[in-house]
Amino acid sequence: MIIAKLFIIVIGAIFVNNFVLARFLGICPYLGVSKHWESAMGMGLAVIFVMTLASFITWIIYRYVLLPFESIGAVAVLQTITFILTIAALVQVVEMIMRKTAPALYKALGIYLPLITTNCAVLGVTLLNIKDNFNLLETLIHGFAAGVGFTLALLLMAGIRERLEFAKLPKAAQGFAIAFIIAALMSLSFLGFSGLITE
Amino acid sequence: MEEKQSIFSVFSNGIFKENPVFVLVLGMCPLLAVTTSAINGLGMGLAASFVLIMSNLIISLVRNFIPDKVRIPAFIVVIATFVTIVQFVMKGFFPALDKALGIFIPLIVVNCIILGRAEAFASKNNPIRAIIDGIGMGIGFTLALLLIGGVREVLGANKLFGYLVFPETFKPLVFMILPPGGFLTMGLLLMFFNWISHKRSITEAKKQIAAKE
Repeated sequence: MIIAKLFIIVIGAIFVNNFVLARFLGICPYLGVSKHWESAMGMGLAVIFVMTLASFITWIIYRYVLLPFESIGAVAVLQTITFILTIAALVQVVEMIMRKTAPALYKALGIYLPLITTNCAVLGVTLLNIKDNFNLLETLIHGFAAGVGFTLALLLMAGIRERLEFAKLPKAAQGFAIAFIIAALMSLSFLGFSGLITE
Repeated sequence: MEEKQSIFSVFSNGIFKENPVFVLVLGMCPLLAVTTSAINGLGMGLAASFVLIMSNLIISLVRNFIPDKVRIPAFIVVIATFVTIVQFVMKGFFPALDKALGIFIPLIVVNCIILGRAEAFASKNNPIRAIIDGIGMGIGFTLALLLIGGVREVLGANKLFGYLVFPETFKPLVFMILPPGGFLTMGLLLMFFNWISHKRSITEAKKQIAAKE
């Protein structure tokens, strides 16, 4: 039963409620870093990593720091602030550790890490974990799967935009405009997954 | 960003020349997610504008006390505080809107427009100019939300602010209020504004050539 629930969470986060194409989270990096395949890959991996970690830590903070003080309204007042600060601090710490211990990885992901703080998909996934009443394991899986879904959308987009470099487009359609049209078509095809999960 | 720029141009900058949505292409997530109807767009626009104006004011007031190294976390704390206030107001007075906007109210914290203006404008200008900039940018953002929300509501539900637009025989395109419709509307509007500014630059270039001759 647990496996089945986790499986539904994974499929839901990657395909049915894809963070970019169905939930509209993380659009800025989705359009900003999708011009080249390599940078999209780097950004995607960094996001998966931070999302999983952030989901884990914010869940712990929510459960063991905020909830005990619910009687004085800690959750309502402090949730947003603590979560965003946790993510900002986390990104900073990850960056420092990575620079010391894995310079090669740091070189590949380094420039994307600071951008992740303001990636609304990360804050979004931590808030959704709480809203959907996930336990710790489900939270971890959801964070990871959400990152994978984001990366999938990003890589698809990067692949298309690399080809598009050679296309002759009218002046007005170049840049962001055509990227939005492509995103619309991708989102439309992802709508086809919506029948996968019936609840 | 010196004091040279007149107050009026600070104000109008956000609405036209540097419209956060159609020129800078910032703040896309709430923009596309909540604009299934004009009223949701308006609500989101006003909420974000309030946070933008207030955080601009506070950050401008404390700009000389914050050490440079910790300015971004400090900005985020100021912004998150006002977002929390908005959350309470929404929950208390507009429960329906609160439900429709969902997690996108707390997500105003990571709206790049607000942090961007804090970093690029409020931390370098006096409070009055910072407020005016916040109002201008807020109006620009709200108008864009209203426009996209309006287009999607009319085409997707045949309504505007809940009132019927076309006769009943018009079959609404449900697809417009689903996620793909958001991307499509934004893409087409962006194309339209690009086309206008492109056309204008051509006519201006032609005028200059004519003047030279």
